Amino acid sequence: MSPEDALLRYVLRLGDNALVLGQRMTERVTGEPELEEELANANFALDYIGQARLYYSYAAELEGQGHDEDYFAYRRDSQAFRNFLIVEQPNGDFGNAIVRQVLFETFYRLQLDALSRCRDPRLAGIAARGVKEIRYHLRHASLWFVRLGDGTDESHRRMADSLARLWRYTGEFFDGDAVDDVVRDTHGGPDLVSVEAEWHAELEALAVEATLALPQGAPMQSGARDGRHSEHLGFLIAEMQHLHRAHPGVTW
Amino acid sequence: MVNGTEWPLYEVFIRSKAGLSHRHAGSVHAADDQMALDHARDTYTRRMEGVSIWVVRSDRIVASDPGENASFFEPAEDKIYRHPTFYEVPDGVENL
Repeated sequence: MSPEDALLRYVLRLGDNALVLGQRMTERVTGEPELEEELANANFALDYIGQARLYYSYAAELEGQGHDEDYFAYRRDSQAFRNFLIVEQPNGDFGNAIVRQVLFETFYRLQLDALSRCRDPRLAGIAARGVKEIRYHLRHASLWFVRLGDGTDESHRRMADSLARLWRYTGEFFDGDAVDDVVRDTHGGPDLVSVEAEWHAELEALAVEATLALPQGAPMQSGARDGRHSEHLGFLIAEMQHLHRAHPGVTW
Repeated sequence: MVNGTEWPLYEVFIRSKAGLSHRHAGSVHAADDQMALDHARDTYTRRMEGVSIWVVRSDRIVASDPGENASFFEPAEDKIYRHPTFYEVPDGVENL
């Protein structure tokens, strides 16, 4: 795989993660338990949509076939998306959404941290900008993770259930393939082995604070990197793309 | 929780830029101090309004009693000598 091809695929993956998670979070708008959380969630969702735009615009340049950001967001079928399985999982209750954020964003922050120092100046710039947003998201989600984990019997039970349910989607973060290898070796991208160690250490510390136990030895699910998604993604993509499909090129 | 249904109220003060003082921006509900800071950030600094945030539980603010306004504030009304209005401003001084 050429370095250019790997970089394009890598940037598209970043864009897909950001867009799909942003879309999932958008589904929560008007459903948050408090007005202030409502604002926070909508802000965070828009942060992700904004990041997706930067990734897709860059991908369009790398690809050089005259596509734009909307092409990648609205004109590809769900099988073409390469986001992690965890970001397409349904929101569930408030705590479940928090667990998803903590698991994914702990990884994503480490990924962006490394990318902000990579040798591709454009990607490094996007990552440096994004990591500031994600650091704050993670602070917010982590506080909730501890508050609900170390909260009432019911909140603790629900958090433990969500952790057990979502844990299986975290193995994918560290299943590096040829794209990850080329980006690491050629462009100075993240070393997934050390990212995994840091991710575990951070999660472990947070779980202790939240009086939750991280699942041990649970089987992991993967496949999204080859286009094998859970049944949830198709519905999400269909809803997200509906307007653009019905009215091609529509703007508002 | 204060009454079992609502989180406590916090008052939010924002410093809009270095050198200026914090000003009251509004209030948020939050379950604890950290959450209050987050909510203040998400509610009142979305459009680059601030470089520093203070939050304080509303019930910790000691406020003057409107019923005592007469004794609190009216005595100042006839003390015009407290205003620096008895100085001659020299010609040509612009920024006084």
